[in-house]
Amino acid sequence: MGYTENELAKDLENQEYKFGFVTNIASDKAPKGLNEDIIRFISSKKNEPEWLLEHRLKAFSIWKEMTEPEWAHVHYEKPNFQDITYYSAPKQTKKYESWDDVDPELKETMAKLGISMEEQQRLTGVAVDFVMDSVSVATSFKSKLKELGIIFCSFSEAVQEYPDLVKKHMGTVVPVTDNFYAALNSAVFTDGSFCYIPKGVRCPMELSTYFRINEGGTGQFERTLVVADEGSYVSYLEGCTAPQRDENQLHAAVVELIALDNAEIKYSTVQNWYPGDKEGKGGVFNFVTKRGICEKNAKISWTQVETGSAVTWKYPSCILKGDHSIGEFYSVAVTNNFQQADTGTKMIHLGKHTKSTIISKGISAGKSQNSYRGLVQIHKNAEHARNFSQCDSLLMTDECGAHTFPYIECKNSTAKIEHEATTSKIGEDQIFYCLQRGISEEKAISLIVNGYCKEVLNQLPMEFAVEAQKLLAISLEGSVG
Amino acid sequence: MITINNLHASIDGKEILKGLNLEVKAGEVHAIMGPNGAGKSTLASVLAGREEYEITDGSVDFDGKDLLELSTEDRAREGLFLAFQYPVEIPGVSNVNFLRTALNEIREYKGEESISAKDFMAMVREKSAIVELDAKLASRSVNEGFSGGEKKRNEIFQMAMLEPKLAILDETDSGLDIDALRIVANGVNTLKSKDNATIVITHYQRLLDYIVPDFVHVLYNGRIVKSGTKELALELEEKGYDWIKAEVDAH
Repeated sequence: MGYTENELAKDLENQEYKFGFVTNIASDKAPKGLNEDIIRFISSKKNEPEWLLEHRLKAFSIWKEMTEPEWAHVHYEKPNFQDITYYSAPKQTKKYESWDDVDPELKETMAKLGISMEEQQRLTGVAVDFVMDSVSVATSFKSKLKELGIIFCSFSEAVQEYPDLVKKHMGTVVPVTDNFYAALNSAVFTDGSFCYIPKGVRCPMELSTYFRINEGGTGQFERTLVVADEGSYVSYLEGCTAPQRDENQLHAAVVELIALDNAEIKYSTVQNWYPGDKEGKGGVFNFVTKRGICEKNAKISWTQVETGSAVTWKYPSCILKGDHSIGEFYSVAVTNNFQQADTGTKMIHLGKHTKSTIISKGISAGKSQNSYRGLVQIHKNAEHARNFSQCDSLLMTDECGAHTFPYIECKNSTAKIEHEATTSKIGEDQIFYCLQRGISEEKAISLIVNGYCKEVLNQLPMEFAVEAQKLLAISLEGSVG
Repeated sequence: MITINNLHASIDGKEILKGLNLEVKAGEVHAIMGPNGAGKSTLASVLAGREEYEITDGSVDFDGKDLLELSTEDRAREGLFLAFQYPVEIPGVSNVNFLRTALNEIREYKGEESISAKDFMAMVREKSAIVELDAKLASRSVNEGFSGGEKKRNEIFQMAMLEPKLAILDETDSGLDIDALRIVANGVNTLKSKDNATIVITHYQRLLDYIVPDFVHVLYNGRIVKSGTKELALELEEKGYDWIKAEVDAH
């Protein structure tokens, strides 16, 4: 890697949560609260077709009957769903025709977040969709992608321009009945990203969505739908930040991936929502449903680096429906101070010769709680299914907790399932060894932690891996006890 | 190079070093021998700056600086190197990344420029040859999956890379077969110069056939109780430590 420890050290000079600023931009908001009128309001704001409104209303009626799940190993004060603003959009809602039209305040926000829609993106070759609060505000590289038949746009736009594709696939992987937050999202989602890769096309650049919560008192409910048609390939990146606020903000997203025969989707997330302050005040509740389905010989690979959020509840999963399909989950979850994370994956083996790999690295510091929860399910027709799971936990202090909840359900005797788990405390011996070689404690921790996460970080695209390394170091600043 | 004066150190309230004196000059090799529990490894740990030990009395001058006032990393940056009895594994961190980080931190401390990747790799090739360390080991994770002998050779390789003023070898011979012992000793001898010094802590005389000390000290019950030349080591090998214990306890 071209990134040296010295550069890392320089980047670390700004150690606090550096995305905690608020952009002063006029917004168009719905009144607080949740009822059918609000849903109709959102739907009409978005000029949606009737079927989508019905879909939302149906989800809402299902959601009303559901109760918030309590099985996760997290404790928090449940959000008051009537005290949330479900729609908030930067006032200038029309899509920018050219970069010159973009609101200067918004440009500055993107610059602070390190998102450049201009030249730099052209050089690094990442197409970006920027979602602030409830709407997508800018998408780059659209025309270039269009030449290849690739659709990459905001979800709202997809509803208008490609209603058939949306209608065909939306809710097929995560049905509205799936869980409490998925049902809520299905009722009130406001925007997100949509992506379609046509048959046999290899997407030539990374596609990326950047999520940003700006307004106070709002929730962010976005949906991402990625459809990779037969034999296609796409690598998708997702980043998120939010301002520093004393209140807890709710983020309940749904991500659906569809990999048709012989297709491959690589989905990487660096999640850095505001985690709350050192006393545990504020922070984002990150309750997300992510799932992909693999048809014959298809592959879906989830990679996540989770460093933010006060509470994380997230299980990116794969349904391995087609024979010879492959599911992968690589995760680093860091919790510090009073953060709580309950995260993992589900690998559902339906097809024959399906294969899944789970590599989970939990790092707990401060007084945080970090849990891995995973399910490996081998159905009775899944002949010769294979799974390998490795769940490691690293403890930085005596006051934090690491928990592992692996579930295995196997209904086919030809399956081969391996599970390895380790828990270790960050070695005082390791740190002393580094110190004795002249390495400062701060750098020693960064080295040891990055080494521990290497298998996962190696899965990330280059620029993202560098970003993730920095985040890990920042999140664990001064955390050894 | 280093002057240790009346050093007292304890761990968990138990005194281990009880007024230790030792002076090592540049260009010299000193061997410290002694029975189990005499305080040999404690001396190495205290000098390197392990925090569990409490220094209750005494002083250590390291090349004009008050060593005990320096942090662990600054002691290393000032040129104190400890070859560990049990080298630590750091999974996922390559040996070269580890060493380059260390080298650059030391350089920065001295106000020098960072080493370029090219110069660094040339240095790795040159220094790894000294201990016949396979170049492949340099790119593997620090000590992970290394054999006992490889770990010890890796310690000397690191010493060669960091070019310390004072190296303390803590039981570097333990667990080594005769070939590895020869290689490690050769490495140490090659690195020896009139400007640096070495303290060899060992249980057995065997190592001293290869690394010939200028002085041999016997550490017993937290103090240096006898000093001599390399003949003392041979005498210890032959007669054991009991006669020294008897001598000391009689006083």
